[in-house]
Formats: sequence, structure tokens, C-alpha cells
Amino acid sequence: MWKFFHKLTSPPHFYRLGATLIPWLAIPGLVLIAYGTYAGLFLASVDYQQGDAFRIIYVHVPAAYLSMLAYAFMAFGGGIGLIWRMKLAHAVAAAAAPLGAAFTFLALVTGAIWGRPMWGTWWEWGDPRLTSELILLFLYFGYMALRSSIDDTAKADKASAVLALVGVVNVVIVHYSVEWWSSLHQGQTLFKEGGPAMDADMLYPLLAMILGFTLIFGALLSRRIRTEVLYRERRTRWVRELVLSPEGGK
Amino acid sequence: MASNSPQQPGILAGLIAIARRDILLAWKRPGDVLNPLFFFAMVCTLFPLAVGPSAEQLVFSGPGVLWVAALLATLLSLNSLFMSDHEDGSLDQMLVSPQPLPVLVLGKTLAHWLISGFPLVLISPLLAITYHMPTDVIGVLMLTLLLGTICLSLLGSIGAALTVGLHTGTALLSLLILPLAMPVLLLGANTVSLAAGNDVYATGIWALGAYAIAALSLAPYATAAALRISNE
Repeated sequence: MWKFFHKLTSPPHFYRLGATLIPWLAIPGLVLIAYGTYAGLFLASVDYQQGDAFRIIYVHVPAAYLSMLAYAFMAFGGGIGLIWRMKLAHAVAAAAAPLGAAFTFLALVTGAIWGRPMWGTWWEWGDPRLTSELILLFLYFGYMALRSSIDDTAKADKASAVLALVGVVNVVIVHYSVEWWSSLHQGQTLFKEGGPAMDADMLYPLLAMILGFTLIFGALLSRRIRTEVLYRERRTRWVRELVLSPEGGK
Repeated sequence: MASNSPQQPGILAGLIAIARRDILLAWKRPGDVLNPLFFFAMVCTLFPLAVGPSAEQLVFSGPGVLWVAALLATLLSLNSLFMSDHEDGSLDQMLVSPQPLPVLVLGKTLAHWLISGFPLVLISPLLAITYHMPTDVIGVLMLTLLLGTICLSLLGSIGAALTVGLHTGTALLSLLILPLAMPVLLLGANTVSLAAGNDVYATGIWALGAYAIAALSLAPYATAAALRISNE
């Protein structure tokens, strides 16, 4: 068990594992997104309150969910790296940050586009989730800025891990802010007691999109980790052998 | 002093000694203490000049403006929290000292709060009066600022420790600290606004108090960890 774990977390092993992992994540992910896009746009029935405008949830909800999941990867990666001094964990954290920032930005933009017809405004400061998501984006920016301003990779890893762990408190506030302040934002539909308050023809495309986005996130993350590992290990023998091998680093 | 005795000084003695040293150092350089205060007063002066002198607008925006100004003034003073100790090597002494580092850090942060946060609380009524704030609301403002500046000093010490060896200036520090400080600002300013509107505001005070206690018990550990990383 420990041997397997140790092998999994060694950079060269993950580099090879990532190559096989990526298609297994990316292809089902793309299929699910293709199904979700088609079913969400054409098969799902029109919402009696929101008309066709509700269909943006098929992008908005997965993006918002991934903006938090990426933060969890960043913080847990940093925490594991700090505690067990695992090199790969820091590479995961470094790779997750820009992806998380991108999904946070996507969630904010789709939220604004949705808010325009629904609330009559692009942006509503009174809504805690919008504000919290914006703060999350700033947290990502701060994390990446700290990382890039420290030249020594090992030091940058540890310092940014501390920042990510401190920021977890903030992400918890993001979550509970829904209950803390009353808001314009509609309540939770998906995860609440008595099952989702949504018709099946609306729900299944959404679930497909969430799963598809998550798989694509996994594929992108694996790819970024591979690059990160290659860069970090650029002075080691296995990377030199890999580059000089006939396949040229495939 | 306790450090002259052959046996180890206690934990509390270490905390008090380091806080006393920082306060003395600040006392010798009054500019460092006064500049953030002047900054606070000037930012508060800028708003009426920019948005106009109408009394009702100032009453409405007062709590927010005073709070934002206090946040920025605290940020301004944070950059130097560990800088001189890092430059003259006292920080290395703290890192190798047998005293627990989080306690020393707590001492430094408390001194920082006494030097920069507490004076802000004391002069805030003066500025609040110019914003036509009623007396009982000024009391709430001072209470929220009292709790809030403690939170800001503690949160800020984490950022200051993370950026201590870097030559990036205040901009990076602001980028790190402001997202963390936003909940404090939100609670503080909205509590004062609720009090100004004769609403129930006790929840905000309790929440700020809870935040301050949580920060007081957790932030020194994060700051100590960050200092060790920055000084490897």
C-alpha cells in the first residue's frame, strides 16, 4: 500500500501516468459536455419563470462548482506538500491555481450574463455569492502573485501553501455566506433535502455538464501537472533521458 | 529584566518584552506612528471633497468611508512590521530563540495594534463628527474599529511575514491581505450602518468579536510558519 502510494507520488511516475490518464478523462468529459450542451439547449423544457434564459446554468453551475473544487486542490495540495514535504503535491497546487482562476472568471461572467435578464442588472453588490466569488478571484490572483514574486521554487511552494490554507477560511465564508445574508440570488436547487427541485429533463443535462466539466478539469490539471513536473525536474537525469530518448518526451 | 536571570524567562515575559521593545522603538520614531494616522484623516477628508458636502450623503456614506480608510491605513503600516527586524538580524534571533515563535509573533502583533490600530480607534470620533454621526453611533463605530483593527493587525501579520524578504513593496501585500480582510470590512461597516439606521446591530458586534478571537488564536501560528518559510 505504502509502496504504491510512494510510487504514485514520485514525479517521473506521475509524468508517465498522466499521459495515459489524460485521454481517459478528456474523451468521456467531451462526450458528456457534448450531450449536456445538446440536451440542455434543445431537449430541456423551457422554465416557466425564466424562459430560455435559465439555460446558462449549464455553464454557470459547473464553472462555479469547479472554482471551489480547484481551490480545494490548491489548498489540500499545499497542505500535503507542507506537512509531508511531497514534491508532487506542490506541483498540483501550482497547476490548479490558474485553472481555478479561469473557472472563477467564467462563473462571474456567466453569472453577470444571467443576471441581466433575470434581475435586470449585470452586477448586484447586495448578493453575497457574487461578492464572495469575486473575492475568490482576488484570492487566486494574490496566490499567483505571491508565487511568481518568489524566485526559489521550494520557498514559493511553501509560502503560497500557507496563503492558500489561510484563504480556506475565506472559502468557507463563501459557502456559508448564502445563509448569512439574505439575498437576491435564488436559493439552492440541486443539493437540498427532498432531492433536487428540478425536472428530470432539465436535471440530467446539468449533471452531465457538471461531471463533464469535472473530467475536463481533471484532464487539464493532469496536463498542467505534467508540464509543471517537467519544469521542476528539469535538472534531473530522468528528464534528460526522456528528452534524449527516441520518442522525444512522449 | 527577566532575560538577565540565569533561568529561562517565562512565555508571558517573552511576549511582554518583545511588545515593549517594539513600542519603545516606535516611540523613538514617532513619524512611523503618526503617518498612518494622518493618512487615515486625509482619506476621510477626500470623500466629502469628492462626493460633495451634503449632510445626508455624508451620514449615509460615513461608516463605509471611515472603515475603508481605517483598513487602508492599517495596510500602510503593515509593510514595516517585520522589515527592520529582517534587515538587522533580530528576526533570525527570534527564530532561533527558545521562546515559542507564535508567542513572540503575538507580542509583535499586539505592539503593532497598540501603535497603529488603537490610535485609529481613538481619533475616529473626531472624523465621525465631521460626517455628522450621532454620538451613540460613534460608540458603535469605535467598538467595531476596536475589534476590527485587532483582526486586521493579525491578518496583516500573516501577509507581512509571507512577503518579508521580497522587494515587492506594499502592492503585493495589499493583494494578499485585502481579500482576507473583506469579511472584516463588511461586518464592521455594515454594523455601523445598521446602528445608524436604528436597526439591531448586536449580531455584527458578536461576529466581529468571534472573528477577533479566532484570529487571535490562529493567526500567530500562520505568521510563525510563514516567517520560518521566508527565512529559510
